[in-house]
Amino acid sequence: MSKSNTILYLDGVSVSFDGFRAINNLSLVLDKGEMRAIIGPNGAGKTTMMDIVTGKTRPDEGEVFFDGQVDLTKHDEAEIAMMGIGRKFQKPTVFESHTIEENLMLALKGPRSIFPALFHRRSAAEARRIDDILGIIRLGDKRGELAGNLSHGQKQWLEIGMLLAQDPKLLLVDEPVAGMTDAETEETARLLKDIARDHSVVVVEHDMHFVRELGVKVTCLHEGSVLSEGSLDFVSADERVVEVYLGR
Amino acid sequence: MITGRFFAAGADRRIAITILILLAAAIIVPLLNLAVSPASAFYIPSYIVALTGKYLCYALLALALDLVWGYCGILSLGHGAFFALGGYAMGMYLMRQIGSRGVYGNPLLPDFMVFLNYKELPWFWYGFDHFWFAAIMVLAVPGLLAFVFGWFAFRSRVTGVYLSIITQAMTYALLLAFFRNDMGFGGNNGLTDFKDILGFNVQADATRSALFAASAITLALGVFVTWAIVGSKYGKLLMAVRDAESRTRFLGWRAENVKLFAFTVSAIIAGIAGALYVPQVGIINPGEFEPSNSIEVVVWAAVGGRGTIVGPIIGALLVNAGKSWFTGALPEFWLFALGGLFVAVTLFLPKGIIGMWDSWRGNARAMRAASLAEEAGTDPDVPPPPKVVRSAATRPGDWSASGPEPQPAE
Repeated sequence: MSKSNTILYLDGVSVSFDGFRAINNLSLVLDKGEMRAIIGPNGAGKTTMMDIVTGKTRPDEGEVFFDGQVDLTKHDEAEIAMMGIGRKFQKPTVFESHTIEENLMLALKGPRSIFPALFHRRSAAEARRIDDILGIIRLGDKRGELAGNLSHGQKQWLEIGMLLAQDPKLLLVDEPVAGMTDAETEETARLLKDIARDHSVVVVEHDMHFVRELGVKVTCLHEGSVLSEGSLDFVSADERVVEVYLGR
Repeated sequence: MITGRFFAAGADRRIAITILILLAAAIIVPLLNLAVSPASAFYIPSYIVALTGKYLCYALLALALDLVWGYCGILSLGHGAFFALGGYAMGMYLMRQIGSRGVYGNPLLPDFMVFLNYKELPWFWYGFDHFWFAAIMVLAVPGLLAFVFGWFAFRSRVTGVYLSIITQAMTYALLLAFFRNDMGFGGNNGLTDFKDILGFNVQADATRSALFAASAITLALGVFVTWAIVGSKYGKLLMAVRDAESRTRFLGWRAENVKLFAFTVSAIIAGIAGALYVPQVGIINPGEFEPSNSIEVVVWAAVGGRGTIVGPIIGALLVNAGKSWFTGALPEFWLFALGGLFVAVTLFLPKGIIGMWDSWRGNARAMRAASLAEEAGTDPDVPPPPKVVRSAATRPGDWSASGPEPQPAE
């Protein structure tokens, strides 16, 4: 397999915790600009895979490359984030004692060292960018509210907005519609499809309606490796997927 | 730009008032001590000047702790160590100023070195004849210790209780080290019997007043610096690290550096507080490294309200005034009172005095607005004014006013 046109390239990756193989010889390739949905039962290794890509967990073996040439196993979380990989957690994680605007300001692309932050003043360009993002995530009228006062679904959107502010090349989105109403889920699907127009995106999700709405290639993980890959119809027709995940 | 924000209309009034009160005290208290006749009702006796000067140093220490505990969730139980190190640096300067006026009259060595049979001045005492050198050491020694300690602790991602325990161990280790006679810092007697500071007699009323004024001005400066730090983008980041450290990492921030900067700045402020404290009390000994001292600082900050700038200052002043009264009236019960106070504050005033004041004011304001609306006979469909007064949250000084609960120190 050639890495040249890939945004994310995992080959033969394994990691175990206390003898338990969370990821087992996993290979996954994401092309530039592609959006991919990842499904699979609990414990299939979906979140661990994200931990490996974002530098939180080091794989025991295997290759992990970003953008065709960057070896991600040699970098830590902050470096990987600066290279252009953004991550949304399973549990929405925002800065609850800050306003929505401040949350976005902290996420905004820019220098990440202490002294510039100490003497930082918001530029007009930054203010515009924050306005844009507030429009995209539909929280414009709540910009001055504390993030802690948002509903669960709004926190999910704010976190996606923070990813956008980071301006990553690749977004890893873990269960973006957990705890959302149907209307919110639809809205989120539209939002992610918008984002996928100029970013590469990996979405982990259990909600099959949502995955169908996204209409992208699907990878089903099971026991730490790829069980099946293809269109949603292809994957959901796969005997083994039905066996371990979808149920008969 | 910082001053621009400082003078912005209405913003941060509480900070401005605090600074003004401190600066006014720096002028008025010395005047009432020196220029008013002791017979007058306005006369402030010298012992009160020295006592409140000491309290102001404690307040600065509490403010330093609050920067890391209140705003970054690092519960340091070793801040007394930075305070004591700053105090020792100042104490060494004051020892050198004694010259040949010591009991043994040795022009080269301080009394305790003569007594312990030192033949010559240890190398680390060189330079302390000069005030400027001591002043640099007051900043450098606590700052460097905090930097090295924090570098290792934060890089290895030690957090929460474990971090609190190792800060406690640090101050305890220093306590044991400074107790040793052969360390060259006066052993358990510490450094005392000071004569002059910058050529002025430390016992003189005028010098005491000047030291009081210096403490008040430094505290005002500390308030301003803390306010500027907390209000900057870095300050927001500091609180973000407190609330969701992993989120900051995945946004590309180095959480360990964020903490390290605050920890080092905080240690330097604590060192300055110690240096101002020593000439006013006239002694520095290893007892200042006692772990219980550092814990007491935590109580001050908690009583006043952590995560606010004014809170720890009020806490330090009130608790210490209480301590002075208590140790005079019922000395054996003071520690029980202190422990009881901490328990009571944790149970009933989780946001401290300032937090209680703010929520009380917030409620009063909301109720007044509601009753006004009622009198005006507004349409019942109009929703009542929100009970939560959120504007406070955008002001760093009273950040915890009505925001979400400050997170526990993990």
